[in-house]
Amino acid sequence: MSELVVKNLHVSIEDKEILKGVDLTVRQGEIHAIMGPNGTGKSTLAYTLMGHPAYTVTEGEVWFKGQNVLEMEADARSRLGLFLAFQYPVAIPGVTVANFLRTALNARRRAANPEDKGVPIPEFRKTLKEKMELLKMDSGFAGRYLNDGFSGGEKKRAEILQLATLKPDIAILDETDSGLDIDALRIVSEGVNALSGPALGVLVITHYQRLLNYIKPQFVHIMLGGRIVESGGPDLALHLEEHGYDWVREKYEEATP
Amino acid sequence: MEEKPRVVVTRSRRPETAAQDFSFTADTLPVDGALMDFRLRARETYRRLPMPSTAEEAWRRTDLRGLPVGAFRLPATDSYRDLPPVPAGLLKPLVSSQHGGQVVLLPGGSRADVDPALVKQGVIFTDLRTAEREHPDLVTQLAGELVRPEDGKFAALASAFSQDGVLLYVPKGVTVEQPLHSILWGAGPGLAHISHILVWLDEGASATYVHETASPDEGSASMHAGSLEVRVGNDASLKFVELQSWGKHVWNFTHARAQVERGGNLDWIFGAVGSKLTKTFAEIDLAGEGASGRMSGFYFTDGSQHLDLDTQQNHHAPHTTSDLLYKGALKGDSRMVWQGMIYVAPGAQKTDGYQANRNLVLSKGARADSIPGLEILADDVRCTHGATVGKLEEEPLFYLKSRGIPQVEAEQLVVEGFFDPIMQRIPFEGVRERFEQVIHRKMIAG
Repeated sequence: MSELVVKNLHVSIEDKEILKGVDLTVRQGEIHAIMGPNGTGKSTLAYTLMGHPAYTVTEGEVWFKGQNVLEMEADARSRLGLFLAFQYPVAIPGVTVANFLRTALNARRRAANPEDKGVPIPEFRKTLKEKMELLKMDSGFAGRYLNDGFSGGEKKRAEILQLATLKPDIAILDETDSGLDIDALRIVSEGVNALSGPALGVLVITHYQRLLNYIKPQFVHIMLGGRIVESGGPDLALHLEEHGYDWVREKYEEATP
Repeated sequence: MEEKPRVVVTRSRRPETAAQDFSFTADTLPVDGALMDFRLRARETYRRLPMPSTAEEAWRRTDLRGLPVGAFRLPATDSYRDLPPVPAGLLKPLVSSQHGGQVVLLPGGSRADVDPALVKQGVIFTDLRTAEREHPDLVTQLAGELVRPEDGKFAALASAFSQDGVLLYVPKGVTVEQPLHSILWGAGPGLAHISHILVWLDEGASATYVHETASPDEGSASMHAGSLEVRVGNDASLKFVELQSWGKHVWNFTHARAQVERGGNLDWIFGAVGSKLTKTFAEIDLAGEGASGRMSGFYFTDGSQHLDLDTQQNHHAPHTTSDLLYKGALKGDSRMVWQGMIYVAPGAQKTDGYQANRNLVLSKGARADSIPGLEILADDVRCTHGATVGKLEEEPLFYLKSRGIPQVEAEQLVVEGFFDPIMQRIPFEGVRERFEQVIHRKMIAG
């Protein structure tokens, strides 16, 4: 079973420290949620784990499948089994969803076997069709340019489509609920639930509790001022819904200037 | 005793911006054929015109002072026998499973081959020397009608000194199903390859014609000067694909002009990936009512390549449509200039003109200048233009990498995506594939 282990992670962006010592372990098969007010470093954690070049790790370690993730480029992390569903997926004009996914799949196959000739087209079509049906996507979607002119809901569905196709061991969902109406939220959540199981670990990052009505975490963490300050079970999320973040702030404010 | 300093004034000193003249232009004209009078006149024009300098607007961004004019000579007869042969890949059909005909122009020689069924229908597709012998009236009627020697030093040079070229004539109402293909293979260091292409689709005719110019990379400079004249008759329809993949040592100058008559249609595709320096004038005249022309260009420069493209869309008649889209990527220290003009003549009402140039600059050292222009002398028209110069953004690359796609492939995917809108305008799988290979090669090279 693979696990993602984050130890005392400190991260700066343009010399400003955002993460101030994060400790977290996510195993395959587990669902974790990180909650917290805006600006506490949730997205920084997501981007850093995926290897965005704008974020500088100043201290700490990240291990995944026994490998030092911090020494790897984003593409190597992905091929190792990490996935990030972006809060703001990026448009790639001129590159169709199908072409992109096939390129991504083939990159994985080639990394495993340099002689690989790539996924056979019929097999790829079948996989793609299956996954798109799971997410209730129109078949014309595969021929559209990736995230180019997509609605908010389409973008998030496209992220989950990628998750379904690339089959990572650990998926980080960064504010996947933002910009979604209730129907889209249900479709996206059902997609994630259909994919979760013993083979997939999920780290849900969210500002609001509402996503957790659909995706049920076993572990809930509260992030504040660049640290995880509270960890608990599902009841912690419910507590937050009832009482907001004020009590957390009061409890930890001095510790996080 | 004091001596007064002597002041010498030399009034005849050449301006520094002007290059010297080519040495071969003192030679006799290459062919004693039907075009001899035309060549003699063009040679006079050539002698009269100065070498272009950066003082002229059209040449402001392309400096010829580095052109080693004295180093070039015309290929002798049969010189191709001692030079690298045309790679088999270039002879393969690009746009279909087979050719309707193929003309191969080599240094000091040529060969032409055309489907006998087409010959029976009156289609002429042959090299210029043969055409001068067998169809003297036709070549004299066409040569210099669209690209005039007076258009510039290199137009005059190509008109006077072309050793070879192509004549394509499709008679009234004839449809040529299989594409016609010609290739100018300009191997040979120090050689000046000079070509003249003549195309005429008579009323109601239709054809697809692919013309390629190419050479291997060689150590020392060589050059090409070309004149390309395309006439699309009333209600005729031509798909014309022009591909340039000269070696990196080649100085390339072309004047191309197409005239589309009433109800005719020209789909003109232009691809450029080679040469050391290219200066191209491409002009389309929508001469008759309802004529339409589409110009789709793609290019990819790298290293120290310099590509300077002048385009002009002339609307001379009412209800004419032109649509130009040129897209290119630049790497290394390469440079690209596009200067486009839409001209609408008085009385050419209800015309619709469009031009856009999009550039993707992939390295710090590369530079693109994109200069659109409109000159509209009619009042009921719709003309629009756009020009952009962008670069590779970090966010799309990170996004692609986060899906396991390595950096180089991610860059390549973004570049391919950039070209996709122009590839969509090219209905030929073979042309697209060829260009994708070039993108791939240039992207992975340093």
